[in-house]
Amino acid sequence: MSKHRPKDTRLLDPALVGPALRQSVVKLDPRALVRNPVICVTAVVAVVATGLAVAAPFTGAAYGDPATVAQIAAWLWFTVLFANFAEALAEGRGKARADSLRATRTDTPAKKLATLAAEGWDEVSGASLKPGDIVLCETGDVIPADGEVVAGIASVDESAITGESAPVIRESGGDRSAVTGGTRVVSDVIKVKVTQKPGESFLDRMIGLVEGAQRQKTPNEVALTILLVGMSLIFVMVVATLEPFAQYAGATIPVAFLLALLVTLIPTTIGGLLSAIGIAGMDRLVKSNVIAKSGRAVEAAGDVDVLLLDKTGTITYGNRMADELIPLAGVGERELAAAAMLASLADETPEGKSIVDLAKRKYHMSPERARVATFVPFTAQTRMSGCDLTDGTVIRKGAVDAILQHVVAQPEPVAAALPGHAVIVSDGTRQSRLAEQCRREVERVAKAGGTPLVVAENGRLLGVVYLKDIVKPGIRERFAQLRAMGIRTVMVTGDNPLTAAAIAAEAGVDDFLAEATPEKKLELIRKEQQDGRLVAMCGDGSNDAPALAQADIGIAMNDGTPAAREAGNLVDLDSDPAKLIEVVMVGKQLLISRGALTTFSIANDVAKYFAIIPALFVAAYPQLQALNVMGLASPESAILSAVIFNALIIVALIPLALKGVAYRPASAASLLRRNLLVYGLGGLIVPFVGIKAIDLALSGLGLV
Amino acid sequence: MPMTDLVQLALFVVLIAALAPPLGRYMARVYQGERTLLSPLFAPVETAVCRLTGTRPDADQHWTAYAFAVLAFNLTGFLVLFAILRLQHLLPFNPQGLAPMNADLAFNTAVSFMTNTNWQAYSGEAALSYFSQMAGLTTQNFVSAGTGMAVAVAVIRGFVRRSGRGVGNFTVDLTRSVLYVLLPLAIVVTLILIWQGVPQNLMAYVPATTLEGGQQLIAQGPAASQIAIKQLGTNGGGFFGVNSAYPYENPTPLSNLVQVVSILIIPAAFCFLYGRMAKDNRQGRAIFAAMGVMFLVALGVTYGAERAGNDLIAALPVDQSAGNMEGKEVRFGVVNSALWAVTTTAASNGSVNAMHDSFTPVGGMVPMFLMQLGEIVFGGVGAGFYGMLLYVVLAVFLAGLMVGRTPEYLGKKIEAKEVKLGVLALLSIPLGVLVLGALSAVLPAGVASVQDAGPHGLSEILYAYSSATGNNGSAFAGFGAGTLYQNTMLGIAMLLGRFAIIVPMLAVAGSLVGKKVHAETAGTFPTHGPLFVGLLIGVIVIVGGLTFFPALALGPLAEHFAMTGGLAY
Repeated sequence: MSKHRPKDTRLLDPALVGPALRQSVVKLDPRALVRNPVICVTAVVAVVATGLAVAAPFTGAAYGDPATVAQIAAWLWFTVLFANFAEALAEGRGKARADSLRATRTDTPAKKLATLAAEGWDEVSGASLKPGDIVLCETGDVIPADGEVVAGIASVDESAITGESAPVIRESGGDRSAVTGGTRVVSDVIKVKVTQKPGESFLDRMIGLVEGAQRQKTPNEVALTILLVGMSLIFVMVVATLEPFAQYAGATIPVAFLLALLVTLIPTTIGGLLSAIGIAGMDRLVKSNVIAKSGRAVEAAGDVDVLLLDKTGTITYGNRMADELIPLAGVGERELAAAAMLASLADETPEGKSIVDLAKRKYHMSPERARVATFVPFTAQTRMSGCDLTDGTVIRKGAVDAILQHVVAQPEPVAAALPGHAVIVSDGTRQSRLAEQCRREVERVAKAGGTPLVVAENGRLLGVVYLKDIVKPGIRERFAQLRAMGIRTVMVTGDNPLTAAAIAAEAGVDDFLAEATPEKKLELIRKEQQDGRLVAMCGDGSNDAPALAQADIGIAMNDGTPAAREAGNLVDLDSDPAKLIEVVMVGKQLLISRGALTTFSIANDVAKYFAIIPALFVAAYPQLQALNVMGLASPESAILSAVIFNALIIVALIPLALKGVAYRPASAASLLRRNLLVYGLGGLIVPFVGIKAIDLALSGLGLV
Repeated sequence: MPMTDLVQLALFVVLIAALAPPLGRYMARVYQGERTLLSPLFAPVETAVCRLTGTRPDADQHWTAYAFAVLAFNLTGFLVLFAILRLQHLLPFNPQGLAPMNADLAFNTAVSFMTNTNWQAYSGEAALSYFSQMAGLTTQNFVSAGTGMAVAVAVIRGFVRRSGRGVGNFTVDLTRSVLYVLLPLAIVVTLILIWQGVPQNLMAYVPATTLEGGQQLIAQGPAASQIAIKQLGTNGGGFFGVNSAYPYENPTPLSNLVQVVSILIIPAAFCFLYGRMAKDNRQGRAIFAAMGVMFLVALGVTYGAERAGNDLIAALPVDQSAGNMEGKEVRFGVVNSALWAVTTTAASNGSVNAMHDSFTPVGGMVPMFLMQLGEIVFGGVGAGFYGMLLYVVLAVFLAGLMVGRTPEYLGKKIEAKEVKLGVLALLSIPLGVLVLGALSAVLPAGVASVQDAGPHGLSEILYAYSSATGNNGSAFAGFGAGTLYQNTMLGIAMLLGRFAIIVPMLAVAGSLVGKKVHAETAGTFPTHGPLFVGLLIGVIVIVGGLTFFPALALGPLAEHFAMTGGLAY
């Protein structure tokens, strides 16, 4: 089974950079700019600066050196273009991924049935289907829209959506009735009731999340934008009042310099990258094959306190596996292994295979098929498998009660033929000393959370096979990380409390819900929420729908029912419950990226002040040269360097915005310490170095 | 640093650190309606006030009702005070027969006392009758302080309450502030001051013949009681024109210490009240630590600058061994002048015991910057604390994202609405200081008030508008404030700095109070401990610094570098 996830595009894929460059000019449209207040202000300032630059040759020195003014104007435009480019590039990457998914669904013809029972069908365009329409999908047809199977059973190739190459079964009723538009029926015939409105399929929603123009801002993004607008307003006041203060002091400041000061002070860095960060966050989610129905859900994922994780598939492998062979007294370990192996050859279940594997792995045996006369395959009715050997030996392995019954049913002579194993008959059952030991071992295994199987040869009990829920490697560390991040994990399982406790302890989850029912799940979620925690869970069945809807983050499995998919706010195309953890990480990384770049952007202003303020006033108060701590060559060079740095830093940070800042799971305190150090302190220091370097370059090139 | 200086500063710090926590705990009990030592005395009065105003003590107000009550009460207070000042010649207790105040000055003075600013564009002994002082100003000294405290408590309730929709009851909070906190403390301080020699009488001014044979009129009056409340309520308005530099206001080292401690004690106690009400003392201590660190740094810089003296004077045959003594009382010296200057501007008090105008440029810049930060380093009674909470919200939002969660404070999410209101409140400071200050620097009517040319003149303007917007009330002496233009504009600045912060902060409280409280986990942004203290200080200094650095560069910084470069204006 090979999984091909959508290919990860390189950061600066030439195929994307070209259109992004074009888009950055297209986005100069005022209607587009208005969406981003900080960049909009920059654009307005750029227009004014351009006017000044054009007029400069006629207005005289008081308005600044014409060459400098022209350069300032040019760099202000670059600032706007760079910000547009960042957004366009993020959009391009998101779209490229979405398009590859959308390609599967352009104008699929649909066989529309008038009623469920109707015989004939009309061919209509897939785009024209409305919720409630019934369509017929036969072998080879592409399913035209998201829907629910209402009749029939078929295997469906969903690789176009999930990358999973093995077809999956979809049938009416039950938990496997949902089908996704764009997937293909491989065998049989189903009738599908359309559930999606035109243009509202999951894919459409996802595409909407990565297209900047239609994208709805997420709650934290809105709040951050307000803060950035507020900071910009403060700086507008600062710069606007500087002119009268300077006048009072007897200094004249060229207007172009004030404009330069304004643009360098307002948070253009984060303002320019904010939407790119948001789009890239959605894109990362899509990359892991999860579709969010809203940006809000992704952001909320970062806030999650409690994860409800299904045991099967998330914490343990779906199947139990043989882990240990426990021989009874008088039986050799190898003897037991050989018998168990022979008995399991005809058992095609994963459990059976795992016994064969264990014998091979641990005892280096190879199956002696030649000795076998007849195989007795495993069936759900008998709950055991085995074989009869050519020498007449009967070997069976299976569930405890099944084997005990088998032993009881064995003809007396076989049992009697085994000296030293007196069989006591009482009340129509047979018992032995060994049966007593066997019962003890069986209990021990069950207590430890395992499933015991028993092996018998000719009615003689040989030993117990310990089938264990194998906890996925690395999951314990994963939970430890989550704990460090302050996220509690709760394992949800249908197992009895004893078994659940054993697995919970082994996997290192914080809590477990045993003998879980959808009602119990819902109740648990409500209780956690009442205590002020945000809960995330994943589910697939229809009966999970209420819990999915109640949870703050509900991830529906793509192979689940339409009810579940509607109730969740995220859909996992891979139907992998472990994805929950990834989603939380993506949400956190999104928020951290925003916070880090905001901090960086604001911290940058300190250095810009030390570049520009002395440059502005040094004519009136030569003593303010003392504030020129960077020793910049000239006032013009200082101002231009700050403006250029301000523009270039946007470009320099695009990769960071698109990839997201590095995120290692840790407690809030250590994350804060680290990020404050890197982005706060870094934000203070980097511009001092950058501006000085640009100043050296400018004066070296003789540009000022 | 001379040992005596160190001992005096240490004594001050120890007194604040020792007295603030128990006072804060007592105040928390008072506002939460619990029984205290003074309940037997004041509970009947409180009940009477409630019955008189038709208030049910347990009737919680929605933030809008609370804000409306604050505004209505203050408007009434303003109108009454304005009337008294305009009609003082018709009212009793006017032995000197002082004339009524003119309209713009009365407006300015009434706004000033209502907003807890106590900016005085007049000289008390020359302009105000005893009735105006006692019935007018002293009343406002109590209730404007009480208003600030009540609002702070209401805002705190919004942050700490786990359920409910209301933020408390203004009438009850105000009554309790005055009765249980201000009045008893004021009585204690008044008695100490009377003991130390501050007058408390209703006599006519006493004429005296000086040693040179000149005639001098020695002002009298009920000074001690007004001084006590001017300090405790961070009002700052002096009974006499030169405020606490005047021997009758501040006669001894002990009176000086008691007054300077009085200025800071209630604002400092609010931190501990907060910890108590939040049921997490660490939260209060973190804010106290942030305020304390900023205070000590400011004190260090001002003391250092004043101690070092003036480079220009160093060339003259003047002994500067005691530091820069221009404009300072010899009785107090550099150490007590610097301590007072920093204390009075850290808290929005504004009383002075030295002339800030005569400080060295850096020594004078620190008090100015403290005011420009919005009076949050301890700040005005109550006002300082809710102002600080505004910065806490901003700091939590800015840095909170960096831990990968929606920022939250005390378990409540800080979202778009809170940020919007916080930014709104924040904008009022540059609006008052920079925009109104700039107008004053260009309009001829504004420039007319400035005594000095060059950067120092700009410093005077900036200081005046910083003081008015920060509701501080102290002034650079060179600034001629009593003009029609300045009276009006400074009045507007005071209103901005008071109510444009009160209303949004009450709205923040109203928005937060109903929010679900989020359980604390290892993933929760920690808002106690040194990291948060450092972060909070960083945000305050950077936001304040970015806003005011250019203006300060043209004013005090230009002056400072001129001074070190041997240049005078």
